[in-house]
Order: sequence, then structure tokens, then C-alpha cells
Amino acid sequence: MKKMKLVMIGNGMAGCRTLEELLKLAPDLYDITVFGAEPHGNYNRILLSPVLAGEMTLPEIMLNDLDWYRDNAITLHAGKMVTKIDRVKRKVIAADGTEAEYDRLLIATGSTPFIPPMPGADLPGVLAYRDIGDTEAMIEASTKYKHAVVIGAGLLGLEAANGLMLRGMSVTVVHLGDWIMERQLDKPAADMLQASLEAKGMNFLLPKQTEALVRGESGRVAAVRFKDGMEIPADLVVVAAGIRPNFALAESAGIYCGTGRARGIAVSDTLQTVTDPRVYAVGECVAHRGIAYGLVAPLFEQGKVCANHLANFGIGRYEGSVTSTKLKVTGIDVFSAGDFSGGPDTEDIVLHDKQGGVYKRIVIKHNRIVGSVLYGDTADGSWYFQLMKDGQDIHAIRDHLMFGQNNLGDAGHKGENKAASMPDTAEVCGCNGVCKGTIVKAIKEKGLFTLDEVKKHTKAASSCGSCTGLVEQILASTVGGAYQAVSAHDKPVCGCTELSHGDVRKAIRDHKLLSIPETMETLSWKTPNGCSTCRPALNYYLISTWPHEAKDDPQSRFINERAHANIQKDGTYSVVPQMLGGVTTPAELKRIAEVAEKYNVPTVKVTGGQRIDLLGIKKEDLPHVWKDLGMPSGHAYGKSIRTVKTCVGAEHCRFGTQRSMSMGIDLEKMLFGMWSPHKVKLAVSGCPRNCAEAGIKDVGVIGVDSGWELYVAGNGGIKTEVAQFLCKVQTREEVMEYSGAFLQLYREEGYYLERTVHYVERVGLEHVKKHVLENAENRKALYERLLYALQDAKDPWAERYAADAAPAVRREFEILEA
Amino acid sequence: MNTFEISVEAGWKEICAVEDIPVLGSRVVKAARGGDIAIFRNAEGEVFALHDKCPHKQGPLSQGIVHGRQVTCPLHSWKIELDSGNAVAPDVGCTKSFEVKVEGGRVLLKV
Repeated sequence: MKKMKLVMIGNGMAGCRTLEELLKLAPDLYDITVFGAEPHGNYNRILLSPVLAGEMTLPEIMLNDLDWYRDNAITLHAGKMVTKIDRVKRKVIAADGTEAEYDRLLIATGSTPFIPPMPGADLPGVLAYRDIGDTEAMIEASTKYKHAVVIGAGLLGLEAANGLMLRGMSVTVVHLGDWIMERQLDKPAADMLQASLEAKGMNFLLPKQTEALVRGESGRVAAVRFKDGMEIPADLVVVAAGIRPNFALAESAGIYCGTGRARGIAVSDTLQTVTDPRVYAVGECVAHRGIAYGLVAPLFEQGKVCANHLANFGIGRYEGSVTSTKLKVTGIDVFSAGDFSGGPDTEDIVLHDKQGGVYKRIVIKHNRIVGSVLYGDTADGSWYFQLMKDGQDIHAIRDHLMFGQNNLGDAGHKGENKAASMPDTAEVCGCNGVCKGTIVKAIKEKGLFTLDEVKKHTKAASSCGSCTGLVEQILASTVGGAYQAVSAHDKPVCGCTELSHGDVRKAIRDHKLLSIPETMETLSWKTPNGCSTCRPALNYYLISTWPHEAKDDPQSRFINERAHANIQKDGTYSVVPQMLGGVTTPAELKRIAEVAEKYNVPTVKVTGGQRIDLLGIKKEDLPHVWKDLGMPSGHAYGKSIRTVKTCVGAEHCRFGTQRSMSMGIDLEKMLFGMWSPHKVKLAVSGCPRNCAEAGIKDVGVIGVDSGWELYVAGNGGIKTEVAQFLCKVQTREEVMEYSGAFLQLYREEGYYLERTVHYVERVGLEHVKKHVLENAENRKALYERLLYALQDAKDPWAERYAADAAPAVRREFEILEA
Repeated sequence: MNTFEISVEAGWKEICAVEDIPVLGSRVVKAARGGDIAIFRNAEGEVFALHDKCPHKQGPLSQGIVHGRQVTCPLHSWKIELDSGNAVAPDVGCTKSFEVKVEGGRVLLKV
């Protein structure tokens, strides 16, 4: 079949990202031709500031070198400016006469710097700050001249001023507004920023309106004159007064480009121009729903959607972005997001420590964050941004909000939130031994923009995940404005689909999907049979949504759940028999001891969950070990109920108020065989001394004289989280019903690998209370559904060693001879 | 003795029936020398054989999850190409692969 022809005009970051995404989805669909006005491949424009500041070099910031175009069979016309689009004959024509026909056209012409009309704007020595050419001209000027003036104190202007100052020039920043970065900062934060830049040696003049740039004797610019008559010397003038979408070419081809303030190539949510469906547009040249974006993250989102439609997949819409700003001038942290100026129906929480150089302002409307400005300590910027994007009700955490996420009970990396000031040798990922320097190097050299990419390349944050926040901060501080946290809620499950966990759960419920192949087909999975990330998730969603109906697929379970034992580093397994409530008998202990001797078990250990672990068992021995033990599986290996830890309680203890051992045993019996999004641990204490440590369990039960207190969503692992009080009940039956209902709600709504603490953090404790406490009928229905799902739960070990076990189940453990 | 076994060409050894390997699963073969070999079967009915050791930390690949023409190691989730034994980028490494074929529903391994 003859390939279709795709022509791209513009060779910048947004366009090339779109091509990369397209090549991933449909590598052979198009013959691709690219026109770029600059004589290079595609480079990382965001890193021009470090180049100017002398921290990086040009080759280091190339994203796609010429080899990339060649390897992907893309025809690149570098240095050729397209001057005409002929939509009738479907071809584009460049200034030098080069022509290219297209079936589909992608316009990614970016933006042009806005230079306010004033006399002298065309003098030598007057530059915008936009591309490699400008950067090189500035570096060269800094070696010959002394006085630089930057017009415009926005993000770009300040970065340019900082770079020129580091190159040894005397720099004055001129600004029209009342304070610097007025589109990103409020006045107090801007004043603090200005003061610290002044302390570094930068000069400011504001509010000041430029009248003219004055020509010197040499013909080059020599001074800047203001409306008030003042004049200052200037050998180099950098105009950073904003950017304008570059849509002239599109407009000349009759493509609608908006009116008034909303100028830019008008596109739909599929990134097709509203005028011509054959013509797509992405990047800074676009006005989507009237908004032109100038930060890279929204442009990458556009590219992703655009590529999907170019590849004929037709999934996904771009619905606009919420953006945040981060300025990276060495040693100064500034962050802002959303509507930080507030209005009549908003309220502010403000912390202002002038001496300490910290300013934080959170703007709240109807219990939701709508904006924030941070100066000095920006560690929690991404958290506030996340809360804002997710529209989360912050009512419950309002008191702690200002003190940051760590204050909500993070024992993992408490206080370790100054990513930028960490030395390169500091270990970030304790699981995989990855240092900060390694991460920074990978981000810069490989052009990484997302947390997933960093995880893949460096392995940091890819094991236990407790350093994820820190890695995100390093990423944010390395790529600056290019970084944008993705909302975990709408993140795709994995690379095999665009759908999020929530979407998939809903589809399985709404369409009554009963098997993995059926689910993948209905939801247009991109891979033939998924991957090791999505298959276990799908399997859980199916069996938890349709118990006794959906088919469990062992091949989509992690080996531990398939072999019903815990794989160890050397490929042997550990076996943990059930020991209800941590209570055992001499006869059971004897059997365990005999099995341990018979199979030469190298290590016998008491676990943290009050059980006995036999470690170092060969896979082929597992069925024999289970048979000889004659005890049920303790499910110590699965995303499932683990243990119910108990204290001695009123049965023996002189302080005990309730019979915690039997309560724990009853709970553990009830929950036998329960699969869940992640592991689930319970504890029951017989009195408020709480010896069973119920405060850090998924469900914690504490006996008091008048009944039982129930706590939920605690966590003792990676991030120690104290469980939250749910309610107090009177009877054992109520303990079973309330905790069962909570766990069923989690089973039905939790995302795969989301612990109860993260689930409750996502949906809010209020939501849980609404379903479990306030509505008795609903609680009973949840409880019934749990009991229904768990009815007839079989012991997986007995099923495997039974004489009549299915051959396929037995074979799992047999070794073949060659 | 199975008459089929006699007709097997020199150098090839019959291991099991193709049905003995679960779809999207594997079986372990004890080799005379050189350690265990994992035999995989994917959804398209293709059969592959790899040394049962991940190039990363020697995890038993036979115990991993099979998808497409790859297996994910159970220890640290490296993805390994079933046909070549190469680790999927950005990871770097290679596991020895063996010749394997299916004839008349029987799995034959080159030894």
C-alpha cells in the first residue's frame, strides 16, 4: 500500500514530540517531511537559559539530532522557511522553491517574540530571546560589551538577565508593570524575588516605559531612553516582552486564526484546525478554546492527542491544561499555579517570613485550592498543584495545608525536600542505589521530561517508590518550567492503553466484561496481550467486580499469587501457613518443625504479622510441603488479606477490656481468601494500650470498656501513616460489618496497587463515612457483597496438592527433563 | 517407546507436548549441563527457549509474566525479548537463547 504523506511545518519541541508519539503508534503509516526555519535538528528550547548561563553547551541540549531524522526515514529541510500553503493542490512551498505534497499537514510554527513598536528596535545589538541564534549573539556580545538592558521582567527576561550577569555583564531589567513577573507572582513574592536578584547584582527599573532605543556612533544601539526622559547606557538590548503565536502562514492559507485577544490557529479538541480537517496544528502557534500556551507541558499533551488522531486511533481529546510556573535561577525557588490573585469569594492562607526568605500563599475557594504562590520553599508546590488539578476537598487537612505534605505524616523522607541543594553524591533511591547526580545526568543527556521516563532510565523510584516525591523534585528543578506533574488519577494504566484505572474499572462494570481478552478488545488495547503492569490490574478488576462470574487468569497474576508462595532473590520460595490471630497450638508447631526438618528448610523465621515463615523452599517441593503441613495458606504473598495481628486481650491480660484474640480470629476467618487492590493488614487490640499496633493498619480495632473503636487507612511501611478514626461500635457483629463494609468499598473503588491509605487520601474520609456510617442500608449491602465474594473461598494449597487437582495446576510445579 | 521420538533428527530432543506449556506461561527444563532452560509459549502459539536466568540478577525468567514476545522478570521487572534473549531498552543485557521448534504438537529443543 502506498503510504500517506505527512508534512510538518516547524521543527520545534511540540512538533517533534508529536512525531515521536506518532512513530510509536504507527511507525509505517506516513512518509514524513519536516520543514524547519532553523538550520539544526530539534533542540530543547527550555535549556537555552543554562546555555546562556554557561552551564550547558549546545550539543547537550539537542533532543533529535540529524541521525534521528535519518533513522526514522524523515525528510528534513532544515533552514528552509515555508512561505505558502496551497490547500487546493495540497502542497507547501518554501522560500527557496522547495515543494512538498501532503495528505495531512501538521503546523507547528511556534511563536515569535513580541517586540513593541519603538524607534531603534531594528538597531544592531537589539535582540529577542528565542532561539540558538539569539543565544549565540548574546554570548558573543557579553564578551565585547559591558552594559545590557533586558526589557520585560517575565520568566524569560529574568532568565536572560541572570545568564548575562553570569557572563560578566552589568544588567538592568526594565519592566512596564508595577512588579516583576506579574503574570506569575503576587506583589509580596515578586518583591522578595526582586530583592534577592538585586542582592546578586541585578538592577531593576520599574515601572518604566521605554520610549526609544538610541543609536550610537558605531551604528549599534548605545542607550535606552524612557518616557520620563531618563536614559541609561546599553550595548545590548534583549527584548523579552512576551511571545505571540506564529500564525501568519496559516492565516494566509485561509485557516481561521481567531480574533481579538484569542489569536492563534484555532483547533478543536483533536488538534485539527477548525477550517480544514486535513490540517492539524500543535504548540505555541495554536489557540485552543481561545488559549495559547507558552509552557512545554501542555504542548506535549497536545502532541500526544494529535499523534493519536494522526495514527487513526481516534482516542483521546485535548481539553486544555492547568499550568504552573517554576523559575530556576540558581538558588532562588519560585513557584506559582492557578488563580493566585484571588477574588471576592476566595480566601487566603498566607505565611510570610521576610527574614527567612519564605512566602507562601494558598488561595482557596469553596474548600478547594484554586491557586498558589510559593517563594523560597517550593517543595510542596507540586502537591498543591496536584490538589488543585484534582479539585480535592481540603476541608479536612486545612489546618496542616500550609506546613506541607510531609506534615501529614511522612516518616519516609521527612524534611528531605530540598532537592536542589542536595549534593550530586547523595543517595536518592535507597532500593536501587541511585544518586542525585545520576538522575540529573540522565535527565539532561537523554532529554527526559516525565517521572516514568526517569524511572525507566535510572531505576530510581521504580522499586518501593518512597523516593518518588524526591525524584519528582529533582526532575522539576532540573527541567524547570518544562516539568508538570501528571495527575495520578487520570494517568493511563500503562503503555498498553490511554485509559486510566478509573476508566477501566468503570468500563468493566458498565459493560459487564468478564475476561481479559474481552476487556482488551472492548477497550482497544494497543498490545496483543498487555504487559506485566496491566494484566494483574485487569485480572483483579474483573474478579472483584464480577465474583464467581469473571474467570480468574493465573497467567495474569504475579508469580507469588500463581504459586501461592513468596519468591525470594535466589528463585526459591517462602511458605507461611495461616495462623489465625497469631494463635497456634503445640501440635501445629510440631508439624511445622517436622516439615522444616524434612525439607531442610534453611531459615525459619517469625514474621512481623505473628506467623512462622519457612524460607528457601524449592518450587517443586511446594505441594509436598503444603501437604505435610496440613495447614491452610496464610496468603502472605498476595494483594490480599494478610494477617490480623492481635494482643492477648481480656482472655489473659490484666488490663484487657475486650477479647481481642477471638475478635481477630473471627475477622481473619471472615476475610479468608479476600483479594484486594493491594495487601490488607488488620490488628485488634484489647485495650487502649494498643499492643497490637492497630494505629498503623488498614483496619485497626481497639477494644475499650464500652465497645470497639475502628480506625482505617493506616500504614506501617514505606510511609508511616497513622490510621484515621472511623467510628465506635458496641458489638462484635458491628465490628465485622463495619470493617467488612469499609474493605468492600476499597475493593470496589481502589485502584490496583493503591493501599487503603492512598485510596482514602484520594476519595476523602468523608466519602468513606458517607457510604459506611451514614447509610445503614448501603453499609449492609457492601457487607453482603463482601460475604458473597468470599463465600466458598478455597484453600489454594489444598487445591494444588489434592489427588484430583487439575493437571494444569499440578504441572506448574513439575520440572521437565532434557 | 513412542515411534515419533525415534524419528527426531540428531541434535534435537523432545521435551513435552505443546499443551503441557500453559498459554502465556512456561515450563522449566532441567538440562544436563549449564543450568535450567525456560520454555515459553505465547498467545500466538509460538514457543521460545531461554536460559532461565535474567541478565540482571539471575531471576528465574520462567516465573515471569509473558506478554507479546516478551517476558517480565519476577524479581525486578526487567523485560526480556523471548526470541533473542535481549533486555528491552533502556536496560542492557542478554540471556542465552536456544533453538526450539514444534513438530506434530511436540516441543523439540536443540541440545
